[in-house]
Amino acid sequence: MTTISAPAGTRRRTKAPSGATSLWTATPMTRLVLAVTIIISAFPLYYMIVIASRTNTEATDMPPPFLPGGKLGENVQRVLSNPDAHYLTGLTNSLIIACTVTISVVLISTFAGFAFARLQFKGGKVLLLLVLLTMMVPLQQMGIVPLYRLMVSLEWVGSIKAVILPFLLNGFGVFLMTQYTQQAVPNELIEAARVDGASTLRIWWNVVLPAVRPGMGVLGINTFMLIWNDFMWPLIVLTPDNPTVQVAINSLNAKYGTDYVLIFSGTLMSILPLIVVFIAFGRQIIGGLMEGAVKA
Amino acid sequence: MSLHVDAGQPTRAPMPPSRRRAKPRPGRSFLTWLDLKAAPYLLVSPYYILFLIFGLFPLAFTLYYSFFDYDLTGTVEWTGLGNFTALLDDAAFWRAVVNTLAMFLIATVPQILLALLLANALNKRMKFQLFVRLGVLLPLVTSVVAVAVVFTQLYGRDWGVVNWVLGWFGADPIDWKAERLPSWLAIATMVDWRWTGYNAIIFLAGMQTIPKDLYEAASIDGASRRRQFWQITVPMLRPTMIFVVLNSTIGGLTLFAEPTTFYNGNVHGGTTSQFQTVSMFIFEQGFREFDYGYASAAAWLLFLLILIGSAINFLLIRRIGGNK
Repeated sequence: MTTISAPAGTRRRTKAPSGATSLWTATPMTRLVLAVTIIISAFPLYYMIVIASRTNTEATDMPPPFLPGGKLGENVQRVLSNPDAHYLTGLTNSLIIACTVTISVVLISTFAGFAFARLQFKGGKVLLLLVLLTMMVPLQQMGIVPLYRLMVSLEWVGSIKAVILPFLLNGFGVFLMTQYTQQAVPNELIEAARVDGASTLRIWWNVVLPAVRPGMGVLGINTFMLIWNDFMWPLIVLTPDNPTVQVAINSLNAKYGTDYVLIFSGTLMSILPLIVVFIAFGRQIIGGLMEGAVKA
Repeated sequence: MSLHVDAGQPTRAPMPPSRRRAKPRPGRSFLTWLDLKAAPYLLVSPYYILFLIFGLFPLAFTLYYSFFDYDLTGTVEWTGLGNFTALLDDAAFWRAVVNTLAMFLIATVPQILLALLLANALNKRMKFQLFVRLGVLLPLVTSVVAVAVVFTQLYGRDWGVVNWVLGWFGADPIDWKAERLPSWLAIATMVDWRWTGYNAIIFLAGMQTIPKDLYEAASIDGASRRRQFWQITVPMLRPTMIFVVLNSTIGGLTLFAEPTTFYNGNVHGGTTSQFQTVSMFIFEQGFREFDYGYASAAAWLLFLLILIGSAINFLLIRRIGGNK
């Protein structure tokens, strides 16, 4: 901290070392920037609540309303009972899809991550490289026609199976868990378990799994959000009477484009599960993003 | 190194921890082999099996389909490279490419800069640190369609908040959906609103690995804060930057949900396709016109676009740190 090797005379300008310490404390300007950012971040969400709790005439008032009204319950009722949206079906479908995919992705990635990070096997490097390459390919958009044709020939169009199966794997997940396992599970720990005669599966269960749990958490939340938000594929492969929640909102939006209140109540409900996850695991999300993702 | 090398030794037998020195019984050798040689492959196989079915197979078939002409009556005809040449001649396709690239640029350049500055601000010592970081990340937890719905309302011509605010400064209301540039701007802000905070948190992670004595040395040499930011922080963030930029490139060039929602869920992208992206074009050709071949060919060209975009970005970022 205070020991500075260069002799004082060699400095061009003596602008005081306090520059170094003041670099790390927030100035009023910094605080202002952050405050504005948070307001901008939160405003659309707040505005969603405002409109969702109003009537349509109020929503198109000039100037627009900026405080929540009292009609939220009524509007939610309207969304749930709307015959074109199948909103509750959509909500249930989205929950089932997102949970199934999340569990699968996390498990597959944790398995593969352990193998790539801590087991030596022939071809391991090449296989890992293959995973990294596939991360660069937008598989969903590239393979969309054949995938659809596959679902047609399996007669899965309109069923949520068609949304679940193509997403059970995720290259980013494998990459993330490989990184995370390398960081969280020291080789010595694996070797010690081996010496004690533990089988590979047992090591995975007793040594690796407890250590990489935070990484699994972040990957899980990430995957859940990704799948919850997926829009293009469900729009293609599902029918309007058996939608995901995003497709349900889209049906509302397409059909009742001017019924803002209806649409806003629907969108508000569609992000509730994410908000719950965010409030419950916010600290871990931040920690995980900061720790796991990008120590390249 | 793990202990795989001496796989045949007694200690290798898969036994419960309490019986460490037990000798391998003859029947155990298969299990030992299974445990040590086959286990890694078994662990990675679920990924590759699923990848084969839902990744590689569709990819190969996209190529196959792109050589055929499909029409609404169900007739299928081999055309060779016909789809590709037709696409390169198709003004609608090029319009989609221009739209996609324009929105990508309008969204990504400010986004990366803002995220960098925001990360720099977040990196300072302050109270309520966690709360501030969560606040910045808040947009990420909303759903894309929800965001697009809200922004579409904010950008409304007659009752939109944005036009209302612009009105304070005496500006005429803008019809955000009607023309190219305004619609691009509107869609770009949706993307930015959602992803800037996320990228800032990722940058922040990178910033915290930069050794602080670099800054101390620099400030002793009289480098201003601004200079320290551009000459130390930014170059040192190169690995993180590559991750963020490549991610944004793929995300930006495959943009779909925001512009689709902006036009009430229609993939045509406005009355004259003024904000139709390549992804929407592929959707329209494949699932509205049912020309699977044409859509598949467009998908390959999109992939090419992403490869070129990623390569350019990669080279640009490599130069950031290279100026020393």
